[in-house]
Amino acid sequence: MLDPTLIFVDGIVYASWLFLVAVGLTLIYGVMNILNVAHGSLYAIGAFTAAWLVGEYMAAGWAPLGTYALLIFAAVAVGVVLGTIIERGVLRWMYGRDEMVIVLATYAVFLILEDVAKLVFGVESYMTYQPRTLLDYVDVGDIPFAVYDFCLVGLALVVGIGVWIGVNRTRPGKLLHAVIYDREISMALGINVARVFTVTFVIGAMLGALGGAFTAPMISVVPGIGVEVIVLAFAVVVVGGLGSIEGAAIGALMVGIGRTLAVNVMPEVELFIVYGVMALVLIVRPQGLFGRAEARKI
Amino acid sequence: MKKDYTHAGLGIALVVVIALWWVMPGWAINMLALALANGLVVLGLMIQMRAGLVSFGQALYYGIGAYGAAMAGHFWGVTDVFGLLLLGTAASAAVAFILGFLLARYRGIFFAMLSLAFSMILFGLLVNSAALGSTDGFGVSAPTFLGYAPAGNTRLTLLLYSLVALLAYGVAFAANRYLNSTMGYIGEAIRENEVRVDYLGASPRRAIHTKYVIAASVSGMGGVLTALLIGHVTPEDFVYWTKSGEFVFVAILSGTGNVAAPFIGSMIFELVRTYALQYAPNFWQMLLGGTLLAVILFLPGGLWSVARLLRGRR
Repeated sequence: MLDPTLIFVDGIVYASWLFLVAVGLTLIYGVMNILNVAHGSLYAIGAFTAAWLVGEYMAAGWAPLGTYALLIFAAVAVGVVLGTIIERGVLRWMYGRDEMVIVLATYAVFLILEDVAKLVFGVESYMTYQPRTLLDYVDVGDIPFAVYDFCLVGLALVVGIGVWIGVNRTRPGKLLHAVIYDREISMALGINVARVFTVTFVIGAMLGALGGAFTAPMISVVPGIGVEVIVLAFAVVVVGGLGSIEGAAIGALMVGIGRTLAVNVMPEVELFIVYGVMALVLIVRPQGLFGRAEARKI
Repeated sequence: MKKDYTHAGLGIALVVVIALWWVMPGWAINMLALALANGLVVLGLMIQMRAGLVSFGQALYYGIGAYGAAMAGHFWGVTDVFGLLLLGTAASAAVAFILGFLLARYRGIFFAMLSLAFSMILFGLLVNSAALGSTDGFGVSAPTFLGYAPAGNTRLTLLLYSLVALLAYGVAFAANRYLNSTMGYIGEAIRENEVRVDYLGASPRRAIHTKYVIAASVSGMGGVLTALLIGHVTPEDFVYWTKSGEFVFVAILSGTGNVAAPFIGSMIFELVRTYALQYAPNFWQMLLGGTLLAVILFLPGGLWSVARLLRGRR
């Protein structure tokens, strides 16, 4: 049994990572009612792009501080390119069809992108430790923690608060609410619903890629990393309530701290505690802990 | 009402499939047997899809069947094929009966997500258990047939192959009878308008529960047969969500038009996979995704509806 502070710190770091990975998924579901399976590949391609860019950048011998900007650039680029292609090219033809059919369509996109990633980036692994080793380590108790991991907590906070303000406190956010509650009336009022959808999807895709880009320095980027992440993100989003930003934060905290606890206290349940929590929440409150049953909310 | 030729067709198909033993090379027979065994799982999905439900965790029952059979041989020395089939199917049915009380309350993506969660729990359990070989899985003992242990691989394959063919025939026959009964039609009614079914005096929840258990039993049977055919079980190949996704893919590709569709779809899938993995392993998933998109957009009834479309055009 380890020091509770350590478990807490570790849990918070893991929760921040989960939130970064899952927030785009919940945003897209909240606005468009699409459970985007392709989110996993956006994460993976974000990670690959970031790893590749950082690798090239470091090989050129420029100042290593610029790698952080590269991570963000990778996320934005992947989100804009792939998000636009997926929304305009595929999902646009699906609106109005059954929710489940759209899930299957995004699953198809996921399968395609898995191989696209292999074709573009090859099947070898990429290592991008520079952004992480550039920052130092600090000791919490006796265990060294990478400062980079704490920056992840900060990033999660910035992204979370940013998205929340964007949706709840700005003019485009107000329009978004109108679209969520009634697409047809919004159209009649002169809101360009098609554009709102495209922009939302691109932002969601960017957030997915951002999760991947900032994960790249922590792992070895290999094909197939998106496969595992997508079900994890599902779990987080479902626990908090599909389509709710606050819910995703709470879900990430619960799953993150729960899993860290499990790792330290009962390692044998580590692998399925996440899905155990997900199943439990679905059984008791299908709409998630913070979702509302009737009206969708973001 | 149009005459249903399904029973006659299934009978002919059975004769043809068994006759293929003398025509086809060994690897093709193995492939066909696997396709039929997996077709059972897809049939299970198709029965649920008739009621408008898509399970993204059907590999849960596939895995229970496969691991049930493997464990029975490995730990308790049960090697009789019929004993293993009974055990695997019964275990799947029992788990589905319990989980069914919960799942029958859910529709749409919530049904998909909850079934996904349950299958991932089993995956986690299996990966964690060192006694079951963790991620490496473990070997399945060679099966016996009512005390007869076939000598040599050819004989074993022949027996397994004919058993799979007979079971596929029997299950497809029974499923066809079921889907054309009142209980079967309720599924389609639920998909169209659940409230109306309720008003007419039938219980959608109970109907879905029944279908869920049937689908799980059939999938468990497919799992047992696949485990015996491959001779090795791993969590990744039998329980992970990508396996469930693969079954969903084949089910969508096949369409829900007829009980034969899942088996035909499954055969095409196995055939294409064998070649694709050999010649273009990095294009395989892209091919799957592209096909899935094409089917969703242009052929919502799946491959089975192609015949009807052609007939209608004439």
